[in-house]
Amino acid sequence: MNIVVCVKQIPDPASPGALDATTHALKRDGKLILDESDAYGVEMALQLVATAGSGEVYVVSMAPNGETSGMRTALAMGAVKGLLVSDPALAGSDALTTAKVLAAAVNKLGGADLVITGTESSDGYTGTVPEQIAECLGLPSVTFAKKVKIEGSVLKVDRQSESGYDEVECTLPAVISVTAGVVEPRYPSFKGIMDAKKKPLDVVTATDLAVTPTGWAGAGQKIVNVTQAEARKAGQVIEDDGEAFGKIVAFLENLKLI
Amino acid sequence: MTINNVWVFAQASGGVATTGTLELLTKARSLSSKVTAFVGGDASAIAASLGEYGATKVYATGDLTGKLPGVALSAAMKSIIDSGDTPDVIMFPQNYEGRDTMARLSVKLNRTVLTNNIDIADSVDGVVATTPIFGGNILVTTAFSGQGPHLVSFRPKSFAAEPAGASSPEVVAVTVPDLGKQGGAKVVAVHTEQSSGPKLDEAAIVVSGGRGLGEAGNYALIEDLAKLLKGAPGASRAIVDAGWVPYSYQVGQTGKVVKPSVYIAAGISGATQHMVGMKGSKNIIAINKDKEAPIFGIADLGIVGDVHKVLPKLIEALKSRS
Repeated sequence: MNIVVCVKQIPDPASPGALDATTHALKRDGKLILDESDAYGVEMALQLVATAGSGEVYVVSMAPNGETSGMRTALAMGAVKGLLVSDPALAGSDALTTAKVLAAAVNKLGGADLVITGTESSDGYTGTVPEQIAECLGLPSVTFAKKVKIEGSVLKVDRQSESGYDEVECTLPAVISVTAGVVEPRYPSFKGIMDAKKKPLDVVTATDLAVTPTGWAGAGQKIVNVTQAEARKAGQVIEDDGEAFGKIVAFLENLKLI
Repeated sequence: MTINNVWVFAQASGGVATTGTLELLTKARSLSSKVTAFVGGDASAIAASLGEYGATKVYATGDLTGKLPGVALSAAMKSIIDSGDTPDVIMFPQNYEGRDTMARLSVKLNRTVLTNNIDIADSVDGVVATTPIFGGNILVTTAFSGQGPHLVSFRPKSFAAEPAGASSPEVVAVTVPDLGKQGGAKVVAVHTEQSSGPKLDEAAIVVSGGRGLGEAGNYALIEDLAKLLKGAPGASRAIVDAGWVPYSYQVGQTGKVVKPSVYIAAGISGATQHMVGMKGSKNIIAINKDKEAPIFGIADLGIVGDVHKVLPKLIEALKSRS
């Protein structure tokens, strides 16, 4: 059971986002960390391999600037090997190019029984990359998995739906995207962090993987305008003195809702 | 470019076209006189209402017999396009089926996707779509470059659904091609979570709880208050991820978009992810311990206080009135 987890390294969500003044792309030039929503996929992969009793967990990522710190976090959790596709020419890539690059990276690792992704990244949230990777690889897929197990060569997934969930069975190899909360990601141990520094992490370019064109040149889209939305203004803010509930009652009365 | 042919990814729920579908059709008919609704399923019950909102033609695949929609519907769309009906724009709803289908189709057609939009226009820059970012504080307008079909998805409630008058569109049956290995996923059972009261995205009053409630058991306060106000209970992503309430309760970027008359946020600090889903509410009431919480920046009435004290008193006060 070999599993490849696709991870994204993003700017720390705790710091406010900004757009580049010229390209209008999201600025990603500071320190990047492992997208929290990908930690679930890494954990899921580690648990599935542990249950299967054999196999390895690999991680792949794409970044224009050679960033690896987020991938090292995944290695520290227990993945054994990483492959980073890094190339300045990748800057400005759209979701389709991203999927082509990640699919090529999976193939470069010799394919996988299962490819795991998050449902969408926390910074760009286009949300199509998992299914696009599956299509590039010619594989079946189950998106929005909230519970996953493997029985023999059959993947059994509880897939979130608008009104509840569907039980889905799928042949392997396959691609799944997992929701946040599917498992509780482990914290890397001190030993894990030390070991991760020595684990293999290869870096290749998009050209090495024969994916062209990439970046701005390959993107089928161009930002033409950025404007400030009409801001919603703050109203009255009061400290609760034990009677503040009355303000809410009066507010609702005023609107004739009670 | 001129938009001559628009497709809308149409969905039904309980035998009627979804509100989201009617919203997209309404917008589609303002872009083009030729509007086609693509239905991944049986269209006989909904064709008339699709026509009423602007569809001049309906493609319908019939029952998917357990196939997952992404693979099956993208393959069906591709086969129609290959046979000569090429849309300039395909409008998708921002939900599971829409998202998966447009993603698969984008690879088949080698076209980019623009997701999470709230508007679309035919402009000097070509077809442009607008998406809100950073919690809706900034609007980014992006143009498609190159040839169509342009694949674009929209957040719920981006457009108002307005009927155009009765019409009976032509309904054309479409066959889902053999999916080969990619069709390896099958739905074997469907589970629907029961809920009483109004639907979260249609309720006039929404009461949502967040991490500030402290523990799962305290969510009962939210449910009690919602019931008293004949509203719907909602939740922040944090407590959905923590497993306190099902995903169907989630309000925000990755959950439901709500625009009620009153939105009450209790113990919710106001992460960007959450605010995107509720800042269109007509009135917002926030209760939070932390007076620096971002939610107060958009609240019409903000109470800096402990939800465990404020909510029980509020519930008592409302009960004593009824």
